[in-house]
Amino acid sequence: MSDTKRFLYVNRKAPHGTVYALESLEVVLIGAAFEQDVSLAFLDDGVFQLVKKQVTTGIGVKNFAPVYRALGDYEVKKLFVERESLEERGLTEDDLMEITHENDDEEDVNSVEIVDRARMAEIMAAQDVVLSF
Amino acid sequence: MKLAVVVNEGPYTHQASDTAYQFTRAALEKGHEIYRVFFYHDGVNNATRLTVPPQDERNVQKNWSELSEKHGLDMVVCIAAAQRRGILDDNEAKRHGKGEGAANLAPGFRISGLGQLIEAGIQADRLVVFGD
Repeated sequence: MSDTKRFLYVNRKAPHGTVYALESLEVVLIGAAFEQDVSLAFLDDGVFQLVKKQVTTGIGVKNFAPVYRALGDYEVKKLFVERESLEERGLTEDDLMEITHENDDEEDVNSVEIVDRARMAEIMAAQDVVLSF
Repeated sequence: MKLAVVVNEGPYTHQASDTAYQFTRAALEKGHEIYRVFFYHDGVNNATRLTVPPQDERNVQKNWSELSEKHGLDMVVCIAAAQRRGILDDNEAKRHGKGEGAANLAPGFRISGLGQLIEAGIQADRLVVFGD
């Protein structure tokens, strides 16, 4: 499999309450081994997945939020967050955890880009494979 | 066209599996190739042979199994999602000490890893996701 495709993982659900966010992340991590051109999109309640300082002890489920911060180690460097989804939920960029990756000069650079809905549509249209969770 | 299908919801609660089945059947009848059907999230529950729906209702699992037998459809169930939800083949039932006869994977399905989903996305012309 030498051909590279553009994969977009679309995350639309809150991190807890359903298993979609966790199992989406599992696909992303496994998929990293296939060396494809990977992007993640966060929209609707999916923007809650990236909110910082999540604590799950009260609900007795695994806190997988730290995994997002490790995505750079898996060569997953493009995380797009929809601005309107943040605003509709009273969130700003400051509410999101800091997620970085190393660039070619070994500097830590931001992986998260806030984009508006129209830009998100363009990003989706440019993909070969869109997996929606 | 070479298609891959992803089923993300279980039978009966959601329409997703039925719609995926109708889509897959229609595509095959039109002469398209289905590279793989991948079952993920609660979609793995489509693969249990133990469902017993009322006789005047469709049998979702049986529909899939029969379609697989007729067309040689490759139907893959994600192992991690399946183990969480108690879908086991003979090997997995044995490996986890679940006892004789515990395996419940229906005919036509096989259990494998998430890599099969990514590979399907790479190999197919279109990957079509059915979910909530």
